[in-house]
Amino acid sequence: MTENLTRRSGPSSAQPLTDEDYRITAHNRRFSALYSRNAKAVIARGLRATKSSNWLIMVSGFFEPVLYLISMGVGLGALVGDVVGPGGEPISYAAYIAPALLAVSAMNGAVYDSTWNVFFKMNFAKLYQGMLYTSLGPLDVAIGEIFLALLRGAMYATGFTAVMGMMGLITTPWALLMVPASVLIAFGFASFGMGITSYMKTFQQMDWINFVMLPMFLFSATFYPLSVYPQGIQWFIQALPLWHGVELLRQISVGTFTSATAIHILYYLVMILIGMVLTTSRLRKLFLK
Amino acid sequence: MPNSLTRDYVISARNLTKHYGDFAAVDDISFDVPAGESFGLLGPNGAGKSTTMRMIGGVSQRTSGSLSIMGLDPEQHGPQVRAHLGVVPQQDNLDEELRVRDNLIVYGRYFGLPLSYLKPKADELLEFAQLTEKAKSKVDSLSGGMKRRLTIARSLINEPKILLLDEPTTGLDPQARHILWDRLFRLKESGVTLILTTHYMDEAEQLCDRLVVVDKGKIMAEGSPSQLIREHSTREVLELRFGSERNTTVAAELQGIGDRLEPLPDRVLIYTHDGEAALEQVASRGLHPITSLVRRSSLEDVFLRLTGRSLVD
Ligand SMILES: Nc1ncnc2c1ncn2[C@@H]1O[C@H](COP(=O)(O)OP(=O)(O)OP(=O)(O)O)[C@@H](O)[C@H]1O
Ligand SMILES: [Mg+2]
Repeated sequence: MTENLTRRSGPSSAQPLTDEDYRITAHNRRFSALYSRNAKAVIARGLRATKSSNWLIMVSGFFEPVLYLISMGVGLGALVGDVVGPGGEPISYAAYIAPALLAVSAMNGAVYDSTWNVFFKMNFAKLYQGMLYTSLGPLDVAIGEIFLALLRGAMYATGFTAVMGMMGLITTPWALLMVPASVLIAFGFASFGMGITSYMKTFQQMDWINFVMLPMFLFSATFYPLSVYPQGIQWFIQALPLWHGVELLRQISVGTFTSATAIHILYYLVMILIGMVLTTSRLRKLFLK
Repeated sequence: MPNSLTRDYVISARNLTKHYGDFAAVDDISFDVPAGESFGLLGPNGAGKSTTMRMIGGVSQRTSGSLSIMGLDPEQHGPQVRAHLGVVPQQDNLDEELRVRDNLIVYGRYFGLPLSYLKPKADELLEFAQLTEKAKSKVDSLSGGMKRRLTIARSLINEPKILLLDEPTTGLDPQARHILWDRLFRLKESGVTLILTTHYMDEAEQLCDRLVVVDKGKIMAEGSPSQLIREHSTREVLELRFGSERNTTVAAELQGIGDRLEPLPDRVLIYTHDGEAALEQVASRGLHPITSLVRRSSLEDVFLRLTGRSLVD
């Protein structure tokens, strides 16, 4: 990158290029084929683009979990009454599902950004095609996009936590930790999502993603405890990432921490690690045809 | 790593091949481009020109063969190689979510260039693209030709040493085309290497020092425009029009005149060293074309000869 900065200031002052100008020495850093340490340019571009457009999508992403919370938490909650919280204490139904809805929203946002959004910008808007004709490498693009997805996720989580506060569903300052925990959950899904998108060729295949996400949303102890299921199904759901996210946020929301908390966090750390390895190994397939 | 074989060439392709499935889009081509040359790729639709350009840019992975850009393999050192490249792809890929001037500045940021350099540079390029008035407009409000001009301006933001132009003037009005040609001549004078594809033969003759004609992924011929004309065509061409119904039937009666006969749907071409003499022979056979024209051979004739197709098919 530095060799760019020493260039002449404009074509009018240009000396004709010499053989010397055409000689470059290779960097042999790790990832130098894929990465130019300039993900910040991708991030800056994303911020500038959201300034001018996408407001509707942005706002709808915030309202979705809020609407669920109001309809299910308040509406259905009136029928259900209090339920047993993570620490064994009784809590309102709204307070029970709110952290689960936050986990679902972190998952949905991250998956949308790392799959549909990437697929669209790759194949239709041709945005990445333009980026990859510059000194940016695929890894710069991937890091930049994941960062943007997480930033958006953090904003939504903050907004949702504020709504929970206003609805009187927050009883402990520990609940503020739901924001970074949401980002952790989003990171887990986003790092995986991009890797998976590299296998997708058509819109029909992209639909399979929803096919996996919707049941996970409905059955991961989002609206009722896991104990309603037979043992075998419980194990299956406990293997899925969303359940760990739901449980993690639910524990944080009331400030009850157990050894399970550490397992949930560890689950996501491993998921991020595997997701990043997968995505990095698939970058050429994803971005270079 | 520059080695003794490729050192003098800015671009060096050896047995470059690109398969899509079983289909060879680029089939074992080799060429070298010295610094400061303007090098053209001509060929009919689907010949593999854009695919070759994408491999040079390091955004398409080759199936086999080797490629060296300024001594480096673009697959191994993509970001570093592309820092010196300017690319005008065949299809515009502007950032529709950004405004016109921001398209230039943000693109420059992708190269890691500082804003203090980019701001005046963007204004200069907008001036060149005649888009100063449109600086704050949304990209999708631009006309097709304006988008093309912006794409071309964008490719110059990093003052590239190698400029890849894939049909740059498609969609440009004559004035814009001449402004671009003028800029390209000046870039050439300042030592920039140009790689150009075009379907306009006048453009190729004007701009290219040397060119290759490719067809079905293979190189059919290579040389300077005048060299190619000399080697693959005659000095003159006689063009005859007998009306669209008769061109092909008349062709049989024209056998033996000139060196070679090319019946096309709309006209018959007779390749000969002396067009007027050939025209007299035609008349002496009792054939009377609606129009006739004697002209010098052009690259178009070379193209027709080598690919059996007209350029704009
Ligand atoms: N992504 C792809 N997948 C499959 N086939 C492809 C792909 N891209 C190009 N091809 C095929 O490779 C061949 C060469 O295409 P290319 O775009 O390089 O042609 P071209 O010489 O640039 O033609 P044109 O003058 O029309 O721009 C074509 O037959 C095309 O169908
Ligand atoms: Mg093409």
